[in-house]
Amino acid sequence: MEILSYAFMQKALIVSVLASIAAGTIGTLVNVNRMSSLAGSIAHASFGGLGLAYILGLNPLVGATIFAVLASLVIGAISGRSAMKTETAMAAVWATGMAVGLVLIKISGTYAADLMSWLFGSILAVNTNDIIYAVLLNLLVISVITILYKEFLAVAYDHRFAMLQGVPVGLVRTIFLVLTALTAVLLMRITGLIMVIAMLSIPPAIAEMFTTSLRKMMVLASILSAVFSVGGLFLAYALDLPPGSVVILLAAACYAAALLVERLRSHWV
Amino acid sequence: MNPVIRLNEVTAGYERGKPVIRKINLLVEDGDFLAVIGPNGGGKTTLLNVMLGLLEPWEGTVEILGTSPKYVRGKVGYVPQVIPGKSFPITVMDVVLMGRLIHAGIPGRFTKKDREIAVEKLNLLGIANLAQADMNLLSGGQKQRVLIARALAGDPRILLLDEPVASVDSTTQESFYNLLVELNHRMTIIMVTHDVGAISAHVKNIACINGTLTGHGAGISGESVSRTYGCPFELISHGPVPHRVLGGKHSREED
Repeated sequence: MEILSYAFMQKALIVSVLASIAAGTIGTLVNVNRMSSLAGSIAHASFGGLGLAYILGLNPLVGATIFAVLASLVIGAISGRSAMKTETAMAAVWATGMAVGLVLIKISGTYAADLMSWLFGSILAVNTNDIIYAVLLNLLVISVITILYKEFLAVAYDHRFAMLQGVPVGLVRTIFLVLTALTAVLLMRITGLIMVIAMLSIPPAIAEMFTTSLRKMMVLASILSAVFSVGGLFLAYALDLPPGSVVILLAAACYAAALLVERLRSHWV
Repeated sequence: MNPVIRLNEVTAGYERGKPVIRKINLLVEDGDFLAVIGPNGGGKTTLLNVMLGLLEPWEGTVEILGTSPKYVRGKVGYVPQVIPGKSFPITVMDVVLMGRLIHAGIPGRFTKKDREIAVEKLNLLGIANLAQADMNLLSGGQKQRVLIARALAGDPRILLLDEPVASVDSTTQESFYNLLVELNHRMTIIMVTHDVGAISAHVKNIACINGTLTGHGAGISGESVSRTYGCPFELISHGPVPHRVLGGKHSREED
């Protein structure tokens, strides 16, 4: 394969596979906690961080990370109260982050093409910093999930019971939200912030149909995520289409197929 | 007289200015089997939340085993309602092990002993063969047994059940009540329910809740209770079971 000899393609593949591990693991928690819109909200809010980074001359990855983590903490602080307030908080954070980003970017006078890459992904433009970010994120995600696995499981399954067993539910949720924010920022490099929500929800949704434990679901979701992002990358190259979108379309097509398989299976069994 | 639960003038709710339960007094003796009945919105679940320490009372005091609910975590077993159709990738064993969280510590891993106790409780409930089964494939009655096994895994002194028969058929209900009577030899049981048909044959006490405390004891006639508080009078007027009434907005009529 000739394309594998290009350095940009090698980096793109490394980041795709690394991001898939974090995406499958955190996406599984997003799925079982029924918090897809929360992930979308955090991803969009990080747009504000990009604006901040352009104004201050920071690395955009740093700006996006700061805003994503802030957004997750704000939503976390509000969402403890009631479901309705959570909905409102997520919508407000989503739009406020985008608005702040646009205003700051306008002031900074940045060329718009650069923004497109954050909105729709730029996997072929990833650099060594992105690889380092992905490695560190995976180490963090895997160690936290390993240490707190039974707590994450208990809080997602039945948070009232977890509370009665002395689990610090609020703290466990906050850790989960921060990890979601960090993962969303990494995924933005691949699919763009608009489509992050798909990478956090489609692979786990397929994995849920074929697994009976949270751990297995995390592993399968990571594998599926890697298959979609690597497969999508090659497909995009072959067809000369935007990689982020092809990754999502491939994932969505497989999701539709999985739903069909499940429907047929429940019909016959 | 050895109360394991003591509620003194407890007022609680979720929205400011709208208390769901008002000035509730309740004493539950060690070894009791109490059914808490009452209309929807009458405060059954709120009362349960207060006893579990999941909801702070606005006024009044709650004592469980002589102290605040916060300090007896693990000594109170809680069985939530079975929610039909709820899907989650989890095995029976993983659910039951949640009842050992407080013993395993945080963070930390479940030990061999935790797993042995989980199997022992599944055995007690006659579903040890389901230990590795997918929770989603179980019937309502089986799920309920798993949730009871989870509550028992911490060897609690008090067992609190929320609407336990809501999603099981009547044959399962009968064997379920027999199981509770059996468990009652070892622990105090409090069951919140709106199923009034079957409980009188099994429980030792009944409390009816609908807002505020109006009175208790056997002196209240069933029919007036029904009319005034929306509590089911068939049960109270025909049953030999001592009952208390924790509720009603028309306490003047009762006096």
